[in-house]
Amino acid sequence: MAMDPKSIEQMIKEALPDATVRIDDLRGDGDHYAAYVVSSAFKGKSRIQQHQMVYAALKGRMGNELHALALQTATE
Amino acid sequence: MSDNPVFKQIEHEIGANDVVLFMKGTPVFPQCGFSAAVVQVLNHLDVTFKGIDILADPALRQGVKEFSQWPTIPQLYVKGEFVGGCDIIREMFSTGELTEMFQTKGVPVAVTA
Repeated sequence: MAMDPKSIEQMIKEALPDATVRIDDLRGDGDHYAAYVVSSAFKGKSRIQQHQMVYAALKGRMGNELHALALQTATE
Repeated sequence: MSDNPVFKQIEHEIGANDVVLFMKGTPVFPQCGFSAAVVQVLNHLDVTFKGIDILADPALRQGVKEFSQWPTIPQLYVKGEFVGGCDIIREMFSTGELTEMFQTKGVPVAVTA
């Protein structure tokens, strides 16, 4: 069920190549992560759109294999 | 898009109520920490809202994710507009944007420090 942080980071970077991604394993259980994503692709997008872009990068895993990913996005 | 009967139900709920929270469990007994966190913020701001338990309705649980194009629960709607999930609500609360948004949309909110 769980995803490892490397593959989360990899999927985000595939969709947002310039992104700086930091993944924290919140509980050390491989199931509750926090992601901090910085990308110029977020410029001019609303917070909802920015999060949707990250969710799209994760191709349906969010809410399934990936139970919890606290997300924070920024442009710089 | 509108041929999904669940979408009609969602449109009705977010049209009939100023503030709607699609959540796991009820406002009194949230069944998930993320839903509980948003309930706590809304209660703290003294915002009247309708909590809809998506665990009680599998079609709604799936439907609201498609409707909002958002993969997770909870989801907050204010005046028919999707505001965000737990992370966004928490972030907006801590910056004061959430209170501002409620005020702009004419939803009564307790102004606290």
